[in-house]
Amino acid sequence: MNGPQDLGGQMGFGLVTPELDEPVFHAAWEKRALGLTLCAGAFGKWNIDESRHARESLHPADYYRSSYYEIWAKGLEALLLRHGFITAADLAAQRAVDPAPAPRRILTADNVPATLARGGPCDRPMAAPPRFAAGDRVRTRKTNRTGHTRLPRYAHDCAGMIETVHDGFVFPDANAHGEGEAQQYVYTVVFTGKELWGEAADPDFSVSVDAWESYLGPA
Amino acid sequence: MAARVRALETILVGKGLVDPAAIDAIVEAYETKIGPRNGAHVVATAWIDPDFAAWLKTDATAAIASLGYSGRQGEHMQAVFNTESVHNLVVCTLCSCYPWSVLGLPPVWYKSPPYRSRAVIDPRSVLAEFGLDLAVGTSIRVWDSTAELRYLVIPLRPAGSDDLDPRALAGLVTRDSMIGTGLPRSPGES
Repeated sequence: MNGPQDLGGQMGFGLVTPELDEPVFHAAWEKRALGLTLCAGAFGKWNIDESRHARESLHPADYYRSSYYEIWAKGLEALLLRHGFITAADLAAQRAVDPAPAPRRILTADNVPATLARGGPCDRPMAAPPRFAAGDRVRTRKTNRTGHTRLPRYAHDCAGMIETVHDGFVFPDANAHGEGEAQQYVYTVVFTGKELWGEAADPDFSVSVDAWESYLGPA
Repeated sequence: MAARVRALETILVGKGLVDPAAIDAIVEAYETKIGPRNGAHVVATAWIDPDFAAWLKTDATAAIASLGYSGRQGEHMQAVFNTESVHNLVVCTLCSCYPWSVLGLPPVWYKSPPYRSRAVIDPRSVLAEFGLDLAVGTSIRVWDSTAELRYLVIPLRPAGSDDLDPRALAGLVTRDSMIGTGLPRSPGES
């Protein structure tokens, strides 16, 4: 979906404002929001793609006025409600009122280092060879999917070159919606600035996206 | 927001679904162990050891894991090397994908609309806002992290750093130089 998250090339947000000696967190609640998101992820009832889709599904006005951890907390609340781990009654009472389904796993403090060190690899074996090879000219599709996708709108219908053929990876467009992992090859595709932005673009830069195979067709 | 997050924690702990000590352990890990010093170690090692640099080029995930850094948001690493003619810049326009295992949690500007919107359309101006005016003729390669590959920029080794030990070399490597919005410090520069 070309929702509020699909920011590449959008104008009007002003200058980048780096903060000197920025702390890791700016408020105590941010720490809890991060930790809760990781702990709830351990329940095993949704995946990273569904999490991202929950965040980008915030109303654009809400998304743009929210900080990163606010977006995370709102996305987490939506996921917990959707999967029945919290209810409207719990939220109204601000304490546990209703029972919850059994999670697949509860993260304990002693398991945290190993869990972080393991992460969640999402490369998957592929049965067939890749369709494209390094050096191939390709054109991205004009998909305009209403669901989750990882092809940014600025890179729709653009001609580029395959730079690298990667492994098969879980396909977010399917995985975010409970449609299975549906793995596809991923390619690093390079575009010139002019191809993406027109003749007035800086002549001396290029942009790559990492694209799943079904985002691409021959040039 | 503080009250809303506190309510979520109270509810989930009340149902026995979340261990508050696990949250403490996660926070402690990202405040004290998983941060840009990890990435600086990787970069300094690449500067010193050509074999490691070659490994980093061909299998960054394994090379980085050999130094002890792996896992969440670093499962599929790619190292991109600056040259005299190409400067690399990493962004995630669609969310805020960032190589946590080597750089820790991303800074606010990296996650915010100004950077995410402009890095792919006007990177030279973005770099100028970081005080980085690239030499004429240096082209910019922007990497939009749209899949699960996570990018670490390997900046050029600063001039005059030949005699430094690995620890002092790592001290020159800033977080921003590994994102591409900065360069390493020069020896003697504070």
